[in-house]
Amino acid sequence: MSEDVIAEIKRDYIFSLAAQGDRADGRKFDEYRPISVEVGVIDKAEGSSRVKIGNTQVIVGVKMQPGEPFPDTPDTGVIITNLELVPLASPTFESGPPREDAIELARVTDRGVRESGAIDLSKLCIESGQKVWMVFIDVHVLDHDGNLMDAASLGAIAALKNTKVPNTKFGLGEDVPLPLNDVPVAVTAINVGNAILLDPSLDEGNVAPCRLTVITNKEGALAGMQKSGVGTLTPDQIKYIVHIASEKANVLREKLEGIQ
Amino acid sequence: MSKPEKLIVDGKRLDGRGPFDMRPIKFTAGVLKRADGSCYLEFGGNKVMAAVYGPREVHPRHMQNASRAIVRYRYNMASFSVEERKRPGPDRRSIEISKVSREALEGVVMEELYPRSAIDVFVEILQADAGSRVAGINAASVALADAGIPMKCLVSAVAVGKIDGEVVLDLNKDEDNYGSADLPIAMNQFGEITLCQMDGHLTEEEFGRALDMAVDGCKKIHELQKQALIEKYGQDITPDVAQPIEGGETNE
Repeated sequence: MSEDVIAEIKRDYIFSLAAQGDRADGRKFDEYRPISVEVGVIDKAEGSSRVKIGNTQVIVGVKMQPGEPFPDTPDTGVIITNLELVPLASPTFESGPPREDAIELARVTDRGVRESGAIDLSKLCIESGQKVWMVFIDVHVLDHDGNLMDAASLGAIAALKNTKVPNTKFGLGEDVPLPLNDVPVAVTAINVGNAILLDPSLDEGNVAPCRLTVITNKEGALAGMQKSGVGTLTPDQIKYIVHIASEKANVLREKLEGIQ
Repeated sequence: MSKPEKLIVDGKRLDGRGPFDMRPIKFTAGVLKRADGSCYLEFGGNKVMAAVYGPREVHPRHMQNASRAIVRYRYNMASFSVEERKRPGPDRRSIEISKVSREALEGVVMEELYPRSAIDVFVEILQADAGSRVAGINAASVALADAGIPMKCLVSAVAVGKIDGEVVLDLNKDEDNYGSADLPIAMNQFGEITLCQMDGHLTEEEFGRALDMAVDGCKKIHELQKQALIEKYGQDITPDVAQPIEGGETNE
């Protein structure tokens, strides 16, 4: 991704606002932009969601099909997560094979779903060693206005909650909801000077030296983490982010309540 | 090895270490002839070779930056480095590791001194045994110094994990396979975290302890890195406080 060019004056503006306890769009440091979650937006998919965080917009589709299990886990289903930064989502995205930032977003989204044990993979075995369900989670970014990480992660779990195992299609009986054990939620923070801001906007994300994504499960324990970017964080800053992330995740998780 | 009943017996891990002990670590700086800087590292069962080329011309040219050098980092696993043969070439895992490892080191490299040039770091994992990404960063950091690249300081890295519900330093392969969390951390000499990843399951309290443990581990590794450079260059070239050069004499 060629980087968005940021005027020095904008950088100074964001830093000096943060030093005064303020943000360009008037939010509090720990305040998200308005979040909307819709599910069932793609009929052809086994599960789908459209998540908006402010103007950032992603669509996640889940497809399932029977396939061969990995030899070392003959009785468990398989998760495959992909994320595309399609050129329609930003002037800085180009077509072609996924670049490292897209791969990182996909792998961190995958880490949250996998490590929290969100999907009960033991229930996705069709025939031991021969056939298991493969769960394909595909994230399409439609509009990149900052904080893709949280949007992708929220979209993935929303789409999974919406997913029906397509037994009928493959002559395996009735369709049933995908068995889920947990609801992992990612919360991303950046450091601007001494301030820690959640849900970075596009400009904030571009001027921040680095960002830290913390994925927590419904008990508030950590399931995954990723620092991204050249900058540094002190151990105390990281501990602080972990603390507010697990609190904030509960607020985000409310957006997923009642979804099926 | 099938899952052992317990990974910690009487306070000792299966390889005899306590929770705060790291595996044996051996750095050797400057082992390759053609590279501008290099380092061979054995970190437990990991065998890692790092080489640095540059500053040198950037190809392709459009990657040039007019105001600073670019740092490129390639983490590559040899096909024979793991139990099951790994298909050669970059996969999604190694692309992600290359990205975060580059970011872990980039901040200490004085890129502004070499506009329009590239500093290439190549890390070959010859044998992998859990914690290969942190081993790669440790070796790369020494190789950068060996290449004479101006740096603010070295970067040191170590992973912390959880086995049998206990937070322990530097997992080996079996502990990694059967453990329940992995937290690779890299830190610069100022105590700032430059790489932080995690997967598995940790409570907030466990995470706090794990991070403190990693910070202590990084400090120990930093001493070993410094020793490796002193060994090669014969004197302590990394004084804790920079000494002013008197009377314009060069410090040979």
